[in-house]
Amino acid sequence: MKFATKLVHYDVSPKDPYSPMSTPIYQTATFEQEHADSFGEYDYTRSGNPTRRVLEDQIAALEGGCRAFCFTSGMAAISNVTHLLQAGDEILADWDLYGGATRLFGEVMPRAGVTVRYVDASDPERVAEAISAATKMVYLESPTNPLLRILDLEAIAKAAKARGVLVCVDSSTMSPYLQNPLALGADIVMHSATKFLSGHSDVMGGALVVKDEELARRIYFLQNAEGNALSPFDCYLVLRGMKTLKLRMDAQQANAVRIAAYLAGHAKVSAVHYPGLATHPGYGVQMRQARGGGSVLSFSVGSPEAAKTIAEKTALFKIAVSFGSVNSTISVPVKMSHASTPLALKEARGIPAELIRLSVGIEDGDELIADLAAALELI
Amino acid sequence: MSDRVPATPEGPAFQPSTLVIHSNRVYESQSNSILFPVHQTATYIHESVGVTKGYGYSRGANPTVNALEQSIAAIEGSAQALCFRSGMAAISTLCFGLLKAGDHVILSEVIYGGTTRLFEQVLTHFDVEYDFIDTADLEAVERGIKPNTRLIFAETPANPTLRLSDVKALAEIAHRHENVLLGVDNTFLTPLLQNCLNLGADISMLSTTKYIDGHNATIGGSLASHDVEMMERLRFVRKIIGTIQAPQDAWLTIQGIKTLPARLAMHCSHAGQIAEWLEKHPRVAKVYYPGLQSFPQRPLAVKQQKAFGGMLSFELDATTEQSLRFMKALKLCTCAESLGSVETLITNPATASHCDLTVELRERLGISDRLIRLSVGLESPIDLIADFEQAFEVIFGGAK
Repeated sequence: MKFATKLVHYDVSPKDPYSPMSTPIYQTATFEQEHADSFGEYDYTRSGNPTRRVLEDQIAALEGGCRAFCFTSGMAAISNVTHLLQAGDEILADWDLYGGATRLFGEVMPRAGVTVRYVDASDPERVAEAISAATKMVYLESPTNPLLRILDLEAIAKAAKARGVLVCVDSSTMSPYLQNPLALGADIVMHSATKFLSGHSDVMGGALVVKDEELARRIYFLQNAEGNALSPFDCYLVLRGMKTLKLRMDAQQANAVRIAAYLAGHAKVSAVHYPGLATHPGYGVQMRQARGGGSVLSFSVGSPEAAKTIAEKTALFKIAVSFGSVNSTISVPVKMSHASTPLALKEARGIPAELIRLSVGIEDGDELIADLAAALELI
Repeated sequence: MSDRVPATPEGPAFQPSTLVIHSNRVYESQSNSILFPVHQTATYIHESVGVTKGYGYSRGANPTVNALEQSIAAIEGSAQALCFRSGMAAISTLCFGLLKAGDHVILSEVIYGGTTRLFEQVLTHFDVEYDFIDTADLEAVERGIKPNTRLIFAETPANPTLRLSDVKALAEIAHRHENVLLGVDNTFLTPLLQNCLNLGADISMLSTTKYIDGHNATIGGSLASHDVEMMERLRFVRKIIGTIQAPQDAWLTIQGIKTLPARLAMHCSHAGQIAEWLEKHPRVAKVYYPGLQSFPQRPLAVKQQKAFGGMLSFELDATTEQSLRFMKALKLCTCAESLGSVETLITNPATASHCDLTVELRERLGISDRLIRLSVGLESPIDLIADFEQAFEVIFGGAK
């Protein structure tokens, strides 16, 4: 089955007596036991829920994993991943990460005895060299957020595997439609389901996908023990959103390609970061490991004041954190999604204060470009 | 002692039964909708870069979740409360927020199995130490405090034997030591029947899945404290690890909490009637219910609780096998995990909530293989008692 067909043809209501076309919402805390001293497939919604299981199975199928788990937020999913480790262990992470992940690694994990070391993973050999005896996990995003750097996932996974180190990839900017890190050798794929999977800015959610049963067992144990699984209603919304994943992303990506080309040719734009542009240094790797550049891009306009003006003067690009929605959004990462990254790290990481991030939506491409053009006139 | 609490710092004081209905009406001005809307949104449009109307991203805060938090704070009598995706997410956030590697925790030895699992199989990997102590034994608690003890986490009444711990006395012990906090899992009674913060606890924890929602519709948890700084820390950690309650489930819980005072009154009345009826039944060996004259800790219940609650447990004068068949023979009492809902639920803790404990430990704590836990619902007690009678008839062919 092709991807577009897979998105709408799967068992949406296993064992339901009425064969509904849409997954029933099991808005229940508990389930009647078959026997007084044993349980059926479901016993308590924290531990398992039929609506959630349909979503988890569908995400696993789309990513090519054996099992997926859905969480109440992307950060809850990342938090779960870090609990696969223990005090004394180390995470090796690429330096360009979502601000929330950096905050988790900086504020919470050290108290639990887990250290995090940052490396420039755009060179896989540096990752291989940086792995120490304590390293238990390599944690990456590709494309990275917000600089849209491209990491060679296959090469990094190979290096990590040689040392027995788990690889977790946050693939939120790509979704299972554009990139499948498990096939490239990653052990765990993480998605913020808030982004492209739901696609409508209506759900907070996260997902982890694995291809190994033992890893699945451990993640399930933590999901149940820490009680951070996605609620039935939110599972339903993600299921509904995912049916149009390809339609949305095709439209968004087509708009993004046009906008990136437009910005790259604009005199007031000093840099455009979009891996779908042939001039992007990671273009070759991206076209090999993914099916396009996606619809998130960032660009620089010379000064933080100019960035603020553009964000505030565009009418169709709403100022908001998050990305991947049908609506176009605009943000100044240093002040928004990455506001939580300590200033020293921001500077060391070269995230310029004038950087603007766009998440391109499904609006008419001409109108989006006209909106940006009008705002650029003002600086 | 007055229960009257202002709905807002400036507002007039109300009784709890008024507050659970009116605690968040301040927000309902936009459309005059009688119910608060479900803000089913991930993100919020900023007025300008870095300027929001108080909400930036729903992992940090959400208006509907906040409305529920106001209701919970109203019954806790605290300035603020925080809601979580589950009761275990509340406990987990509390621990990852306040504890660090090397810290020590005292846990009630009779405690929900999920709490045991979190400490034994998750927190231990991050070098958090813990001891299970009978928190009803104040001297044992005092002796159990170590230089690195940071938290006493007690459950009272404890699940499933209803063992009680003296919250006020535990708070005094905790506060005689530097940096020791008292947290209480108050799920069995809710703040309306036992206000742990007023009794001196630093943190009140609830599984809102239970009485607060009351309809088996949601999974959720909450934390409340008078310590504003601690609440800010927990709010921050909740945002980092992403464990906030979902908007739809928050909305359902807001609907549930409105009938909490009415439901609790009925749960307590029905449980009292059934406990007394069971105690007199010749096929019943033992009933644990703090309202019974035979319950050894009844005076403590009278002292710190406003009522005896809707939970009880009992043992039949029968084998484990007969006890399990008896449970399944009941028609109105459903065998299912969880508690505190309008439906009467019955469980066998040894194979359900406390299945992770060793046999020896369970026996010592009074959680025998044949122990039956009953969450008494809102069905007529006449029908519930008739249901028990028919089940006794099926298993034993009438009275002994």
